[in-house]
Amino acid sequence: MATPAMPEVQEKTLSRREAIVGDLRAIVPGEGVVDATNSMRAFENDGLTAYRQLPLVVVLPETVDQVSRVLAYCHENEIRVVPRGSGTSLSGGALPLEDAVLLVMSRFNQVLEIDYDNRAVRAQPGVTNLGITTAVQDEGFYYAPDPSSQIACSIGGNVAENSGGVHCLKYGLTTNNLLGLEMVLVTGEVIRLGGKHLDSEGYDFLALMTGSEGLLGVVTEVTVRILKRPETARALLIGFPSSEAGGQCVADIIAAGIIPGGMEMMDKPAIAAAEDFVKAGYPLDVEALLIVELDGCVEEVDHLIDVVERIAAKNGSTTCRISMSDEERATFWAGRKAAFPAVGRISPDYYCMDGTIPRKELPRVLARMRELSGHYGLRVANVFHAGDGNLHPLILYDANEPGELERAEEFGADILKLCVEVGGVLTGEHGVGVEKRDLMGTMFNETDLDQQMRVKCAFDDKHLLNPGKVFPQLRRCAEMGRMHIHRGQMPFPDIPRF
Amino acid sequence: MNDAAAKVEEAGHTFRPETEEQVRDAVSWAVSEQTPLAVRGHGSKAAIGRPVQAANTLDLSALSGMTLYEPEELVLSAKAGTPVAELHALLAENYQEFAFEPMDYGPLLGGEAGRGTLGGLFSANLAGPRRIRNGAARDHVLGIRAVTGRGDIVKSGGRVVKNVTGYDLSKGLAGAWGTLAVATELTFKVLPRAESETTLVLLGLDDAQACEVMALAMGSVAEVSAAAHLPETVRRSFVGGVLSASATVLRIDGFAPSVEARFERLAAIFKALRVEWLNAETSRQLWREVRDVKPYADGTARPIWRVSTAPASAHAFVMALRMEAGVDAFYDWQGGLVWMRMESDPEAELVRRHLSANGGGHATLVRADPAIRAAVPVFQPQPAALHALSKRLKAQFDPTGVLEPGRMVADI
Ligand SMILES: Cc1cc2nc3c(=O)[nH]c(=O)nc-3n(C[C@H](O)[C@H](O)[C@H](O)COP(=O)(O)OP(=O)(O)OC[C@H]3O[C@@H](n4cnc5c(N)ncnc54)[C@H](O)[C@@H]3O)c2cc1C
Repeated sequence: MATPAMPEVQEKTLSRREAIVGDLRAIVPGEGVVDATNSMRAFENDGLTAYRQLPLVVVLPETVDQVSRVLAYCHENEIRVVPRGSGTSLSGGALPLEDAVLLVMSRFNQVLEIDYDNRAVRAQPGVTNLGITTAVQDEGFYYAPDPSSQIACSIGGNVAENSGGVHCLKYGLTTNNLLGLEMVLVTGEVIRLGGKHLDSEGYDFLALMTGSEGLLGVVTEVTVRILKRPETARALLIGFPSSEAGGQCVADIIAAGIIPGGMEMMDKPAIAAAEDFVKAGYPLDVEALLIVELDGCVEEVDHLIDVVERIAAKNGSTTCRISMSDEERATFWAGRKAAFPAVGRISPDYYCMDGTIPRKELPRVLARMRELSGHYGLRVANVFHAGDGNLHPLILYDANEPGELERAEEFGADILKLCVEVGGVLTGEHGVGVEKRDLMGTMFNETDLDQQMRVKCAFDDKHLLNPGKVFPQLRRCAEMGRMHIHRGQMPFPDIPRF
Repeated sequence: MNDAAAKVEEAGHTFRPETEEQVRDAVSWAVSEQTPLAVRGHGSKAAIGRPVQAANTLDLSALSGMTLYEPEELVLSAKAGTPVAELHALLAENYQEFAFEPMDYGPLLGGEAGRGTLGGLFSANLAGPRRIRNGAARDHVLGIRAVTGRGDIVKSGGRVVKNVTGYDLSKGLAGAWGTLAVATELTFKVLPRAESETTLVLLGLDDAQACEVMALAMGSVAEVSAAAHLPETVRRSFVGGVLSASATVLRIDGFAPSVEARFERLAAIFKALRVEWLNAETSRQLWREVRDVKPYADGTARPIWRVSTAPASAHAFVMALRMEAGVDAFYDWQGGLVWMRMESDPEAELVRRHLSANGGGHATLVRADPAIRAAVPVFQPQPAALHALSKRLKAQFDPTGVLEPGRMVADI
């Protein structure tokens, strides 16, 4: 795919590359600075593999002091910096820039403190999402947000993307499970936010940092809430003759006051691909397949299984299986969890979208997507976080067929615009990055975007951190800060008064 | 000088906009006149923060009304001046609620109960006992429309839960006390209310034992939704005085069969202690009273601190402070929220010194005479780099400082 235009390359940085590498080596000794092209190849893309770019140089710091000194150095010399965790971003958030230092946080891989009394874990940002749960599972605890990439993605990357997962319906996203951060500003200043207590003492910088895609600061430590693992979990696997019926079942479950631990839907193409791949025993003659997982104490789960089963029957379910063991529950999930690779098997390439819609719009959006699929001549399979309206349409294409890739991109953009049109948003959990950057205007007007960029200006007024991501256009902070005030020139407002 | 400007010189005005555009006009005018605005809904929390010197007031109570409510989508939008009480009633009709149990500051601050607008709830980032399980207002807000201190109408977020499109200004503006932007419309996630509830009462524990017990309970499979400790000095204020000794109270709510089962699990953990329980109605009353700080809603202006700290060491903090100051305290949020009433002086320096030595966190002086609030930092002072960042953020939203200047921090 053609990478969207990136900020104009700073020649003065490129021409000083050797000196810069030398200066960085003085801060991060040994293997911590990588400048050989061959070794840098491993970092030239993230999970959005269609875009590739070698960085100026890769730096892998080991201490907060090194991060601070690297950033202070880059700030002073106006060198751009792209932070990176594990590089699993699906939106190109960690895509390197030719003239930017790629600051890779993977050596920050220690769990620093486990505090069961305060139900908190303090960890370095390079620890994987699953690594947090692994550290506490022997005591029966876990970290709730569970992106499918949890074996690989870093907790720092999760903060930067506000990542979600199947369990977020009931337990919240990263932002709801984050208690504290240590971060380094682009100036090199180190700031601590939150801790083991709740709420911020001033402005909610934790909220602004979560989902900021590496544009506001570099996270060097994370404190998250851990939860006691529910006593039990059981799942229902329910098939419907239409996506409307499936969608109505989801609405009725919620109307009954039930917030399941997870509620996922797949459409026919996704079911077929998944079944073909993992043989989970999915019914192939249904239009929509719903997995509903209920967790909690045994009595609650048994009670709710009955209620959900009845709701499903009322909505015309044609199959309904209930897991009787953890193994069976795992098979229900196996197909859903393998949906991406499964689709990868039936098509040379696929493009994963991530819009969110109000749940009730699902039938309309799916119908329109079928039309678009015909129009573009490309197949699409859908997996759907049904409980919270987050859609993952997977567009199947073949990059070797001339023109298909461009069609896939156009198709994707049309889907996202459709999401916005029905009251939804461009991205539910994968982030804007490079990929959706140029679509920001479909959701926000210029005033909205300018104010977001002003937040950026409060943190990084030279646009040195991860430029070219999130915002379609970079505007100088000084220019945006300007305000022309003429005393007495505004009319006295014509507003009801006391 | 035109007529209108002359009127302003005479006395401050209270603008009562009915539309978002009128809010914008008022802010733009204030910017051009370089005259600060006090921003209020019902004014039920006006006594929190440093006293603001503002000649004019922007009263949002006429910008009112629910604009969207789709129970099956778990979403509700309303204009910022909508009374929270109205929304509670509407949600209750559909067996739903704001799951963060927003507290009512009214009685504590010497006002009426049941006042307050949605905008105020958001700007103060209200929460209640369920904060430890379900978060605060900031965790439930999905979208916002607002007028910045530049006089720009901006929006952020949306009406769906999963959304990472751009910075999260909706959450970012929660708890800013109106100093960054004036919210005009807010969208919240709403949730089904619990079908049933009960509260387990453990009698006669001291503060340290209670903190241990609450940590055990919160870390159990019983899914406790609220945990508070009501020491001997305050226990009589609650539920008509039926608590016979200091009470550590643990709430369980949800579907009826589940509540019963989890109660048994919890009771089994503490079978060696003096255990009682409250029925659903009494339990609801108790948690409302804990939420609204009933023991200290005493009609006085004695200083009240709201301290957010690491739950497990809360008792150590209070104990250390007691050695040097006259203080009465009780605990919510497993200990993580300490409400403290001071004998007379707020002892700000002492409170914050002991806090930083015992678990850390922040202390807010939510009640005190205006003179004290002008002299003592009401909100926790921040380290230099964070303070500077706060200042820069304020400047990006409100460069000329017309929105509630100095309410949170003297120079912000
Ligand atoms: C197969 C697959 C499945 C996925 N499933 C899900 C899913 O279910 N839910 C979901 O939400 N996402 C999912 N993702 C997307 C991705 O895993 C998440 O966005 C993840 O949080 C990225 O983490 P990372 O460590 O790989 O970050 P990276 O890809 O390295 O970086 C992502 C962004 O974070 C910034 N960043 C990284 N570390 C830091 C730091 N320490 N400080 C500041 N900024 C930083 C980068 O600059 C970049 O903008 C999936 C990805 C793949 C490949």
